[in-house]
Amino acid sequence: MTAFFQGLGLPFEGAWLLSTVIGILVICLPVMLAVAMIIYADRKIWAAMALRRGPNVVGPFGLLQSFADGLKVFLQETIIPSAANRTLFLIAPIITFTVALMAWAVVPFQVGVVLANINVGLLYILAISSLGVYGVVLSGWASNSKYPFYSAIRASAQMISYEVSIGFILICVVLWAGSFNLTEIVESQKGYYGFLNGNGFNPLLFPMAIMFLISAMAETARAPFDLTEAESELVAGYQTEYSSMAFALFWLGEYANVILMCALNALLFWGGYLPPVDWAPLYFVPGIIWLFAKILFFFFVFSWVKATVPRYRYDQLMRLGWKIFLPTSLLFVFLVSGFLMLTRYGGAQ
Amino acid sequence: MIHVFAFYLFAILVVCSGALTILSRNPVHSVLWLILAFFNAAGLMILLGAEFIAMLLVIVYVGAVAVLFLFVVMMLDIDFAELRAGFVDYLPFGLLIALVLLAEIVLGIGLWSAGPIELAQRAAPTNPELSNIQAIGGLLYTRYIFLFEAAGIVLLVAMIGAIVLTHRARGGVKGQNVAKQNRRRPQDAVRNVNQPVGQGVEL
Repeated sequence: MTAFFQGLGLPFEGAWLLSTVIGILVICLPVMLAVAMIIYADRKIWAAMALRRGPNVVGPFGLLQSFADGLKVFLQETIIPSAANRTLFLIAPIITFTVALMAWAVVPFQVGVVLANINVGLLYILAISSLGVYGVVLSGWASNSKYPFYSAIRASAQMISYEVSIGFILICVVLWAGSFNLTEIVESQKGYYGFLNGNGFNPLLFPMAIMFLISAMAETARAPFDLTEAESELVAGYQTEYSSMAFALFWLGEYANVILMCALNALLFWGGYLPPVDWAPLYFVPGIIWLFAKILFFFFVFSWVKATVPRYRYDQLMRLGWKIFLPTSLLFVFLVSGFLMLTRYGGAQ
Repeated sequence: MIHVFAFYLFAILVVCSGALTILSRNPVHSVLWLILAFFNAAGLMILLGAEFIAMLLVIVYVGAVAVLFLFVVMMLDIDFAELRAGFVDYLPFGLLIALVLLAEIVLGIGLWSAGPIELAQRAAPTNPELSNIQAIGGLLYTRYIFLFEAAGIVLLVAMIGAIVLTHRARGGVKGQNVAKQNRRRPQDAVRNVNQPVGQGVEL
């Protein structure tokens, strides 16, 4: 696209800037639309599993419910508690929302269709997802209220714990792919047993795929790991004091993060934009549709878990992260690197 | 042009947030300014073409170290008047440390670029085709493997030391036995009783 704007007579830098801004808009606006629709989907799936109807009033089948909710919160008054730290109180939701959108810069939607094709793509995602905790911690602290503060402390401990095991899981994938670039990671998943696409079909990486799915739920604080907003203990957690658009930004950021984690599941373990079966006619379907289908499938799994699994106790959550996931993922780093050393990289010397 | 603009943006923000880290009155604000400084330093690293270091800076410092910092500072109840009381007394000493550090940096850079021994020992320039990670990995696991492993041992010792120092066996803690909890079935916990009127249940 840079070349196109250069053709219109812009200097290279101006053309680059313009095309990048357009790229950002082309990614962010659909993501926000997807967030609105996926909130609706979440409520519908949850309702169906509880034998309820879910949102069905606004628009056909209630499809416009999220937009109605968005309009409602937009028209509400922003209340800032008098004891709150004003600046940080307002910055916190902005951080959550921005960080949730930033990570999409390196997600490949097709070969070459990616905003920033950097060779440390996966590290970038890890870096950005480690920033996500600040929105929660700051909101908890700046609210100057005890339940948000408890929630902030829980959130930071939880996210740091699960980032450790996520890091090891990602290392397994990176070792196998031999690259941190997400496009190359996806391409390396072609042709398992000659006809399947996806690291998940690799017996050494399949357990990692399951663990990543569970860790992703913990990292985004989705049920059954939503201890940061456990309503029976903490009112609404770190969002307790928020209202209006500030609250909506948390809401949007949270769901954008969930979609991102679903996308990562698809990209790292299930072939991303590749069709699941390495069969020529399937490649006529654009890669972005495969990616979307996989994202939606994983989102369905997230909702399904939310509707059916009861919330963990906090000690169980920590035990799962530190005593089960961390040693297991470390073991698999050892197994994967050992396997690769003995096979791909020429055997022990 | 964009490079220059980005450099000055990041550099100014690093310097300003570094200064505000020291100057702000609230410790939580200090930590937040420090995080901003880390973040902009990562931006400077990216401009240098050291994207791996930049990402590690964000992951390790911003994502883990600073979170723990913030955690501790948020929970502490610090009295600032008391903390600031000794500021003038410590100022000369602080300036001395700053000067020593500055001198060491200048000396270090001077020797690195000029010393004959260092020039002879320096690793050959890496292939520009290689990415950061491959270049660093190539050096770290061949030329500097013993230093790398020694650093690993130092970290392990530090970790074990921290655990030994803080761990204490506490009496009267009711731990959860997960295997026992999972083995428990409804018939172990529930009993149906047909109770005559006016009598309690024998447990």
